[in-house]
Amino acid sequence: MSAEGQEKLWETKKYDDVRIYTDEEIWNYTDEDVANYKCKHDIPLLEQLEEGPWPSFVSDIKQEAVHRHKLAEQAPDKLLIPADVCDDLLGQVELSYVEKETHWKHGGIVGVFGYGGGVIGRYSDQQEKFPGIAHFHTLRVNQPASKFYKTDYLRALCDIWEYRGSGLTNMHGSTGDTVLLGTFTEQLEPMFFDLTHDLGVDLGGSGSNLRTPSCCVGKARCEFACYDTQDICYELTMYYQDELHRPAFPYKFKFKFDGCPNCCVASIARSDMSYIGTWKDDIRIDQEAVRAYVAGELKPNAGAFGNRDWGKFDIQKEVIDLCPAKCMEWDGKELKINNKECVRCMHCINVMPRALRIGTDTGCSILFGAKAPILEGAQMSTLVIPFIRVEKPYDEIKAIIERVWDWWMEEGKNRERVGELIQRKGIQEFLKVVGVPAIPQHAKEPRSNPYIFWSEGEVPGGWQRDIKEFRKRHPR
Amino acid sequence: MSLGKYGYYDPSDPLKDRITDIGPPHYEQFFPPVIKRNYGKWLYHEILEPGLLVHVSETGEKAYTVRVGGARLMSVQHIREICDIADKYCDGYVRWTTRNCIEFITDSEDKARALMKDLESRKFPKGSYKFPVGGTGCGITNIVHTQGWIHCHTPATDASGIVKSVHDALFEHFKNMDLPAKLRISLACCLNMCGAVHCSDIAILGVHRKPPMIDDEVLSKICEIPLVVAACPLGAIRPAKTEDGKKTVRVNQERCMFCGNCYTMCAAMPLADSEGDGVAILAGGKISNRKSAPKFSKVIVPYIPNEPPRWPKVVETIKHIVEVYAKDARKYERLGEWAERIGWEKFFEKTGIPFTEKSLDDYRLAYDTYRTTTHFKYTEHVWQLAKALEEAE
Repeated sequence: MSAEGQEKLWETKKYDDVRIYTDEEIWNYTDEDVANYKCKHDIPLLEQLEEGPWPSFVSDIKQEAVHRHKLAEQAPDKLLIPADVCDDLLGQVELSYVEKETHWKHGGIVGVFGYGGGVIGRYSDQQEKFPGIAHFHTLRVNQPASKFYKTDYLRALCDIWEYRGSGLTNMHGSTGDTVLLGTFTEQLEPMFFDLTHDLGVDLGGSGSNLRTPSCCVGKARCEFACYDTQDICYELTMYYQDELHRPAFPYKFKFKFDGCPNCCVASIARSDMSYIGTWKDDIRIDQEAVRAYVAGELKPNAGAFGNRDWGKFDIQKEVIDLCPAKCMEWDGKELKINNKECVRCMHCINVMPRALRIGTDTGCSILFGAKAPILEGAQMSTLVIPFIRVEKPYDEIKAIIERVWDWWMEEGKNRERVGELIQRKGIQEFLKVVGVPAIPQHAKEPRSNPYIFWSEGEVPGGWQRDIKEFRKRHPR
Repeated sequence: MSLGKYGYYDPSDPLKDRITDIGPPHYEQFFPPVIKRNYGKWLYHEILEPGLLVHVSETGEKAYTVRVGGARLMSVQHIREICDIADKYCDGYVRWTTRNCIEFITDSEDKARALMKDLESRKFPKGSYKFPVGGTGCGITNIVHTQGWIHCHTPATDASGIVKSVHDALFEHFKNMDLPAKLRISLACCLNMCGAVHCSDIAILGVHRKPPMIDDEVLSKICEIPLVVAACPLGAIRPAKTEDGKKTVRVNQERCMFCGNCYTMCAAMPLADSEGDGVAILAGGKISNRKSAPKFSKVIVPYIPNEPPRWPKVVETIKHIVEVYAKDARKYERLGEWAERIGWEKFFEKTGIPFTEKSLDDYRLAYDTYRTTTHFKYTEHVWQLAKALEEAE
């Protein structure tokens, strides 16, 4: 069952509508309390990580520990997980710092009813010493696209996680989820009810299913976005909820949406299906602005070089000569781009964002198969569809996705990523599955070995021959 | 919000009032007004100073973004403080970046500058910044990382502690945009690489160096033996029986490359070991298609022991690579582009990092990385090789 209107709950909802704690209960300690805090376990090694300028996670966990202890005195019925959960976590990590080995047990099959993902089971192997983290399960909560938040929503999330969990999070997990770190088994279902009913948010993916899709900041705050990354990310997440929650795949499958070839969400390195924005027409040029860069009136690369003195901007050296396609010319007055030769690498646009803009005839390239090294070695995504329009309701893209999934579910071995299956079966078969012909853009260069798998149908007369007839012409 | 142990949930009737498959909240309701008004209308951007960006729209409106670094591991108290700041300066909106930086967006430069001052004044009681402003342009932004000893069952090292230590040492490059190009550092605490660090300028990777132990007592009860056998990419695991007849497996230790995939499949085959585990350093990867194609990171240092709490050798090695790169590379050159231009032999010469046979590939497609040309540069490595030949005679 889904619920009408849950997706836009926060257009009107306020934190005060759902809050659990009063302001007095939340800000119930001083900096001094945190400075003088004595953790339940001795943690001299971890305390060395409180020094130095970078934000200290140890100081932060201590602050939460102080807060929970005070809360337990103030309102003991407002914590369902032990008040010293943070102390016990620090204690166990300190033990790992001494022994240089982890103290988390392997796995643990827990979850919420009807879902096969979204919860990572975790148990301590030192439960007597650290009872507060005997269970320390993680919930992956599907982040809003591009990770924009209203504070009302975040505060509500903080309240339920303080109440039903450890009060510790990851903002965010590698795949993109809002990660809630550490609770007991009995709180998983109540958490799921609160998340779906009061916050209008669902769990993300884990295990052999569609993992939570993620996208770059896109059109929300970037002039380079070639398509609407948030919209397609949201649409495909919603359309494939079943695949996201109920594992039916050989292994994980990731979508990531990059609005341009700068690839800020790293789709080309870490998604099975990478969507990377691109364009077909010409880079737009404002010659006036180009001259302003050359004259030193505008800072190159939008000011990314700060105050380091690299000398005067030299358009020839810094733009024209660094163009990988060598398709640009500067005659001292006018910049010329031979757009037919352009490979759309973004360098010139990044260097002179006020003078150059992406084209207006935009879409995306689709690449497949990126993954980290386990098992066959790391793979980058392979270009399969050079250009496709990215337009609602994305039917053409959905059809491609489903053809690929059908093939992978049929042919893939247990824990075989789609990139590995493409290697095992050959890109030719994969192109047939996607439904596109082989083109030069699919390879860096044509093969150098001649071991071609001709099929019988491609050879006149087929493969059935008569050795006796052959011997009539060619005696032994 | 629901209260009491089970809240809305009725354990005797789990399906009652259950809502499923609702997905994430719709993103649009979380857009700050200036973002909503100018969606898809942005013309250009500029980094006014480290940590402060302005985006200019064709409507003439401007969005000022203040970027802040921080630990990915975050308490709800820290998030509530972020919310207080966002309420005060940004009408109650805030966002996170892919690399776990926090971004506060406002439509006024005055507000943004007041906000920066406020952020820089907030510190934890022991002195570390809560919200350091920076992480833009040609510098180092947040190090993305995995869980490590905080929450993972397979790590070969910790994550948060090393990352904190490396960040402390490279803090100036977070605060200043003084490098030839952006520099992205990532950490994954084992080869599973939840952090997908394999395309980073510098990657810190937890590695095991001892083959799995085999818990014969329980293996057949908790693991599917055929799946365990199939899990080994090198075919080093075979089914076996113990002397008293229990089904189990044996590992050809000579063939093990310590990937840990068997342990992922089977809890009865742990690898973790205080002396075996540690960290490898990889370098020269990138993700962007800018100028050159995306690249994998390469193994530069095959092993450094775990040295909690501050991993001094890891920190020193990374700081050294960054400083040599910062001095030697050309403007716009990513670390990997620099190493390719000067040649990897020169990379090892300039950094003084010892080259060992462990940096030569011997896995699948290894041949692709061998040098099959007479183009090379003379470095001390060549003279050492010549000397070794003479001595062998």
